[in-house]
Amino acid sequence: MEETTLNNDIHVKLTEKFGEKVTAVSEPYGLLTFVTYKDVIINVLSHLKEELKFNFLTDITAVHYPGKEHGIAVVYHLHNMVEKQRIRIKVFISEQNPTIPTATNVWKGANWMERETYDLFGVKFEGHPDLRRILNMDDLGVHPMLKQYPLEDPNRVDKKDEFFGR
Amino acid sequence: MNHNHPVFTDNDPQSELVTLNLGPTHPATHGVFQNVLQLDGERIVSGVSTIGYIHRAFEKIAEHRPFYQITPLTDRLNYCSSPINNMGWHMTVEKLLNIQMPKRVDYLRVIIMELSRIADHIICNTIIGQDTGATTTFLYLFQFREHIYEIFEEVCGARLTTNIGRIGGFERDFNDIAFAKIDKFLKEFPKALKEFENLLSRNRIFIDRTAGVAEVTKETALEYSWTGPLLRATGVDYDVRVSDPYSSYQDFDFEVPVGTSGDIYDRYLVRNEEMWQSVRIIEQAIVKLKTEPKGIFHADVPEFYLPPKQEVYNNMEALIYHFKIVMGEIDAPKAEVYHAVEGGNGELGFYLINDGGRTPYRLHFRRPSFINYQMFAPMSEGMLLSDAIINMSSMNIIAGELDA
Amino acid sequence: MLLILQRDEHFLFINMSEINIVDAPPGIEGSGFFATSLDKVIGLARSNSLWPLPFATSCCGIEFMATMGSHYDLGRFGAERLSFSPRQADVLMVMGTIAKKMAPVLKQVYIQMAEPRWVMAVGACASSGGIFDTYSVLQGIDEVIPVDVYVPGCPPRPEAILDGFQRIQDLVKNESGRRRNSDYYKDLLGQYGIK
Repeated sequence: MEETTLNNDIHVKLTEKFGEKVTAVSEPYGLLTFVTYKDVIINVLSHLKEELKFNFLTDITAVHYPGKEHGIAVVYHLHNMVEKQRIRIKVFISEQNPTIPTATNVWKGANWMERETYDLFGVKFEGHPDLRRILNMDDLGVHPMLKQYPLEDPNRVDKKDEFFGR
Repeated sequence: MNHNHPVFTDNDPQSELVTLNLGPTHPATHGVFQNVLQLDGERIVSGVSTIGYIHRAFEKIAEHRPFYQITPLTDRLNYCSSPINNMGWHMTVEKLLNIQMPKRVDYLRVIIMELSRIADHIICNTIIGQDTGATTTFLYLFQFREHIYEIFEEVCGARLTTNIGRIGGFERDFNDIAFAKIDKFLKEFPKALKEFENLLSRNRIFIDRTAGVAEVTKETALEYSWTGPLLRATGVDYDVRVSDPYSSYQDFDFEVPVGTSGDIYDRYLVRNEEMWQSVRIIEQAIVKLKTEPKGIFHADVPEFYLPPKQEVYNNMEALIYHFKIVMGEIDAPKAEVYHAVEGGNGELGFYLINDGGRTPYRLHFRRPSFINYQMFAPMSEGMLLSDAIINMSSMNIIAGELDA
Repeated sequence: MLLILQRDEHFLFINMSEINIVDAPPGIEGSGFFATSLDKVIGLARSNSLWPLPFATSCCGIEFMATMGSHYDLGRFGAERLSFSPRQADVLMVMGTIAKKMAPVLKQVYIQMAEPRWVMAVGACASSGGIFDTYSVLQGIDEVIPVDVYVPGCPPRPEAILDGFQRIQDLVKNESGRRRNSDYYKDLLGQYGIK
């Protein structure tokens, strides 16, 4: 139960500071999760880093929910190594214009994580020093992790559907 | 070759700098990553890393595979220590489904995970030896990887990409031969590791090549999200096994070695000490197993644990569960879960979003090699080329994990 | 000369006379002379001193390290010396997944190799793309370069890699000394747009 009170503390402190901007707070499997908005995300991250001691950026990734108004969720995982506490922050952004400010000014390590997210989901991190594709070829043309793109290479000719029962 | 970025286009003959293309298939890089370096003599002025040469789209595949078919993918992440990845994945799903594992299964898992940690560190440390000119260490200690493989073969039938275990436990119990082999390993490996340390740890050439090279401060390491032996070498005692214990690691008595300066020598020492600690953990696990009831090798969760084949053919109940699991008619909670394990290279995280379907809605791997490696190019600035090569091997970058 | 090896507390005595020496190729033998065709002699020499170029990208590369290690020792088959430079290599051993980003690099390495050259696709990924039927993975290296021997397995055991290597040796031993001049070979390379 100790963790829950800790999470409560963080929640209270965040609400004091950011008010309405911290929404949809939940606690799946003991991990404090909340949603915020892209105009305050950098403030939230730096506040968490500087004031609340979440000094370690575990990961940045994205999730695609097609058909919604804000179809791409950028997910940050932070870690407070001293209190042994993790936190998850989500920002929902629009699929047509997926932009969000970069976190590279808060953590240098965010650089490649954001490049990967850009490569796979097409999220444009504004102010990123070097936003290029990282895993795929430059001429791929699509952001393959978006749900509308198939897993298999659509240009394959040697794989005939009849052999696979489709 | 239009896939490469023309990183340095300055071909001015008056320029003192030389552009060197290191990789993607360079014998010294032990993997496929490209670094375009600009050299002033032998000193690196700047560098740009290009990765993605074996990008295999794990995360996209995972969205098309049921949970139990994702284990083979995790095998191929960090293939030097596949069982840690396998079990990390199994534990993620178990966390999602709220399955409590029996203690005996936890201890068996700990044995396998620590064996693979040893296997992983053997690769890294012997390769550092190899790159500083000591081929003996590689040929000698690599033998013990074979012994670890033999244990894995006894448990699951495969050597390298093990696909070991299942969601809910193990596929079968460890047999007596497996335990005998583990005992033999525990008897022989410390001697060999001692000899290995005698060869390198106080070797003047080795120390000259590694001590004080590529020093990293705690602050920089944390800034770049380093984890694992690399972070511990800088002096931060962060180990997922301790800070967020999984698989009953809290029952074991072991130390987390830390370095002071974060240089290559410290990383080598940290990895070596971790191998000693792993041996200690395995010894404790063997003792603990003796007090646990025999024959338990999976949790009693028939709706998630695939039943043995002979029962599927002979037993109605097992057949039903088999059908339900394979056809994906099991209700899994709609939830998201993050689970981290201490992999060979650091915190290996699984971020799983389940929408109640047969396959994950989204599965993201937090891959330590990927995150650790981004510091290589900035770190190399001002370093000698030959030092950068050992620096790269001491970071133990596994291409499969790097590119996913 | 007597060498003593210790293994599992059994002693193995290896006498120099027990070391295998390859058989001479068929030919005409008489007192003081031995006659055979040049192709066969060259094949014999080549097949027992192949220099492999390990193009190791992923998991199979680790199994290759095991194959090169003391336990399995590829050196026994005359391949002690790895050639990391394509210019001096005879066999290109492609081990591991080749992504589409890597394909031009692989082709470049193959083109840089001097004739005669052989290619071995080790493992499921190099042979067919393996379990990675995705947008980013090349579905078998035979899409970009010709392959002589495929080794199955994911990853293949070292024994399988050794077996594949011996199949390469068989090829080397039995084919004509100047394969590169044959029409078939030229056609084959032409299909891949090489030269």
